Amino acid sequence: MAKKASAKSTAKKTTKKTTSKKSNSKKIDPKKQTVESLIELIRITSTIIPDDVAKVLMKARTQEEQNTTASYAMNIIKDNMDLAKFKSQPLCQDTGTVIFFVYHPPGFFQNQFKESIKKAVVEATKKGYLRQNSVNSLTGENAGTNLGEGHPSIHFYETNKKEVEVKLVLKGGGCENVSAQYSLPDTTLGAGRDLEGVRKVVIDAVYKAQGKGCGPGALGVCIGGDRADSAYAAKKQLLRKLDDKNSISELAKLENEIVETCNKLGIGPMGFGGKTTLISCKMTHANRVPASFFVSISYMCWAFRRQGIVMDSKKNTIKKWLY
Amino acid sequence: MKKLSYPFSPEAVRELKVGDMVLITGKLFTGRDAVHKYLHEGNKSPVNLKNQIIYHCGPVTMKDKKTGKWTVTAAGPTTSIREEPYQWEVIRDHGIVGVIGKGGMGQKTLDACKEYGCVYLHAVGGAAQVLAEKIKSVDGLYLEEFGLPEAIWELTVEDFPVVVTMDAHGNSLHMEVEAASKEILKTVI
Repeated sequence: MAKKASAKSTAKKTTKKTTSKKSNSKKIDPKKQTVESLIELIRITSTIIPDDVAKVLMKARTQEEQNTTASYAMNIIKDNMDLAKFKSQPLCQDTGTVIFFVYHPPGFFQNQFKESIKKAVVEATKKGYLRQNSVNSLTGENAGTNLGEGHPSIHFYETNKKEVEVKLVLKGGGCENVSAQYSLPDTTLGAGRDLEGVRKVVIDAVYKAQGKGCGPGALGVCIGGDRADSAYAAKKQLLRKLDDKNSISELAKLENEIVETCNKLGIGPMGFGGKTTLISCKMTHANRVPASFFVSISYMCWAFRRQGIVMDSKKNTIKKWLY
Repeated sequence: MKKLSYPFSPEAVRELKVGDMVLITGKLFTGRDAVHKYLHEGNKSPVNLKNQIIYHCGPVTMKDKKTGKWTVTAAGPTTSIREEPYQWEVIRDHGIVGVIGKGGMGQKTLDACKEYGCVYLHAVGGAAQVLAEKIKSVDGLYLEEFGLPEAIWELTVEDFPVVVTMDAHGNSLHMEVEAASKEILKTVI
């Protein structure tokens, strides 16, 4: 349900970032163009906060009291957004886990596309849009390419659209480290197997994160599923635009309630104390087995790097930006 | 807004209090997980850190192909709490007078700050461009074998903006905010 909402709301807007210069010149080799389009997607994702997020952050900035450390932090955040865009350099040096979501028509060659993604990632790393950020967990080796076991993270979905849509999230380590998974019931929190229990554990996760996840943060939450699917579905909620509305009314209500309550905690930007602790909460659910009840929380930092493109079905140029 | 200028000293940092917004001008040395583990294991630092500030940061760096010169293109702080097991000892053994990072640190580090004269300075996480702008030169690269984000980079900065969140008098903004938010938490869940 969440995906539908986001697809609908992105249909209206086309302008914003220009497509790369290569796209409107000479003859185009579609394979090379795919790589070029993906590099441009990485560049924009790493350097520009999507409009829906920027809007909420700028509003939060005006709400902090002047001359406090919180407003100081929010001003630096704004300056950083402007500067990263102007210089076309990463918003944050932790360019994160590189996660691609590819929505494609039937008969699409996934392996070939994977190769294009890898080429784009290597190239984007050379250009400095991505830090050398992938480390072998056994040897500690950093190959400097951002390629390796499981990296980049790529997920394919078959759709019945003619065009390929690629969404990208760069998920930094600081906010990933404060992401959490709870198993209900949780006796220490008095959280049972119901939405009230869910509410409690989500707020607890925000409390526990304090400033460590580079707040003000944004949450993706999944209620249910097994441990792995639940965590993944929570993360996928980060693809939703901040101003969309959950089609499930109980969840829509809970999303708002969690944001409101967390902003009463007084943790504030960077944990300095202040009014905005959370800028959004997006929730979904998945079936579970009777014995399990997991609640997964994916915490995203203020440097919410998410973008998406629709590619031209023949030329593979960027036809439209999704956020 | 306060200023902290090079050369740094334990006396100068003892003047700083929690909540102070400070602009640093002078030298910084980056050091994160690999460096702290290395120093904690008793290895000698490749550069003298006495009265220096260590910055928990793994920058994005680019080498000019022609001149071989390095520039730092993104340099925000990384989460400091991972260095909690090591930091107090690095402060004691190497005479560090400032630690820049994000998210704050724990009691051990707070105690070391008080005992040896050191402060924890919070940079705005994610503000990699604003902070990289303040870097005026890259003066050295040590322990490159740890990988570029994990190496020690010697940097000269001008008006580098931070907030004192742990001072040399035993105060921690992180502990204050956590305690206050805990009280509120009790009323909402």
